[in-house]
Amino acid sequence: MSGITLSQLVSLIRDCAGESDVADLDGDIADMGFDELGYDSLALLELSARIKQTLGIEVPEGDMRTPGGTVRLINDLASGKDA
Amino acid sequence: MTVTAGPAVEGADGRRTGPARAVVTGVGVVAPNGIGTAEFWAATLAARSGIGLLQRFDASAYPVCVGGEVLDFDDAALLSQRLLPQTDRMTRYALAAADWALADAGLDPAGLGEYDLGVLTAGACGGFEFGQRELQKLWGTGPERVSSYQSFAWFYAVNTGQISIRHGLRGHTSVFVSEQAGALDAAADTARLLRTGTLRAALTGGFDAPLCPWGLVVQLPGGLLSTSRDPERAYLPFDADAAGYAAGEGGALLVVEREDTALRRNAAGIYGRIAGHASTFDPRPGSGRPPALAGAIRGALREARTDPADIDVVFADALGVPDRDREEAAALAEVFGPAAVPVTAPKTLTGRLYAGGAALDMATALLSMRDSVIPPTAGTRAPAPGPGIDLVLGEPRETPVRNALVVARGAGGFNSAIVLSRYVRSPHHRAVTRPA
Repeated sequence: MSGITLSQLVSLIRDCAGESDVADLDGDIADMGFDELGYDSLALLELSARIKQTLGIEVPEGDMRTPGGTVRLINDLASGKDA
Repeated sequence: MTVTAGPAVEGADGRRTGPARAVVTGVGVVAPNGIGTAEFWAATLAARSGIGLLQRFDASAYPVCVGGEVLDFDDAALLSQRLLPQTDRMTRYALAAADWALADAGLDPAGLGEYDLGVLTAGACGGFEFGQRELQKLWGTGPERVSSYQSFAWFYAVNTGQISIRHGLRGHTSVFVSEQAGALDAAADTARLLRTGTLRAALTGGFDAPLCPWGLVVQLPGGLLSTSRDPERAYLPFDADAAGYAAGEGGALLVVEREDTALRRNAAGIYGRIAGHASTFDPRPGSGRPPALAGAIRGALREARTDPADIDVVFADALGVPDRDREEAAALAEVFGPAAVPVTAPKTLTGRLYAGGAALDMATALLSMRDSVIPPTAGTRAPAPGPGIDLVLGEPRETPVRNALVVARGAGGFNSAIVLSRYVRSPHHRAVTRPA
């Protein structure tokens, strides 16, 4: 099972929920809250579905707080599954 | 709605006066023959049609292949990227029109109280194109691919909700689902909520966009769409050759305020006021009882305290179906007398817009009032036999418009009529000044 980089996650976000209205997603956003970036619970539901489709990994939308944290969560799950 | 509802307004001199009046201070339009009010109005007076062969998908094999599409709407330029994955076409039109209507009114929602502004729209179709795409995913690639935004993007109330969120309008919000009559019912309820003091201002109107394969196919069983393949002959209300209507997409939004609110903030201009409304429901088909349209018209005139002789133009529902056209002509003749009032149907340039239809007719009526000109009905040439109406054909008719009647019928038996009147400042507001 493969993991994900921040820029790959950002590309999934753009694709399923649209570009942020308030921040540059190519900037330093790893530790910004999704709510600060303008993504609501439905956007995270979309992202969760897209992560599952793309990587086969289930990350509940409620566990996603920041892009950086979500990348770590995915990669932990990916390596846990590999182990 | 009733004229007696609502607390009296305190005049500048402290006298208690009549109930607050509802005035229109802003207009926003997205129509097949014009995006933005100015472009739409110029096209309407020049009788430039937005009805054509459907272009967004290949409709050549469908029994209906003509409609009024909005073709040059640049949603990526007008709306934020976050909104695009979660909105149907109709909602994008509604959001753009809301921006334009508020800008036209010069109304900054932050200038009023948190719950003073509301949104009341009509919805008749829902987000067909969005829904079709998600249904295709459901049956094509599986339920896990269906967008979570489908939960609301298709819904009748979604335009009201998205407008409310975008502009922080946290007062009363609602949606009216009475097909083509809905926008008049929404406007009337807006006026009522302004009178009772529930709201100080609101956006009201309606938008639909049912011109995708699914949206078109569900309209076919009704049998009312024209199967003509000639865009110029597809929608000919009140004509001897009338054979159904063309569907269109788009609509309009109005900013409506209490007169005292508009005057206190020195609103740039007032298009007119919502003077009276009534709605009725037709008897069951086959009951032998007459249709109820004339009752709605009479009720609206009564509430507006306006005599039939004082109506300067009627914006007809103009279904384009011969027996329904005859019914409407008979209702107008019954209330006004034969050919006693100019009647027009500029919707012949856009097709019927469902929730957007009567909203656009209200916007058009207010522009008629502003510019003292009645736009013509396009297409119709040889009037059908039956009760005579004075249909404005060919050229715009220059004439003062003090009071306009907009008539709308919704499939299933809905009848609504609204009187819009030229704005004259209430006497008790003459001395209004901002308190020091």
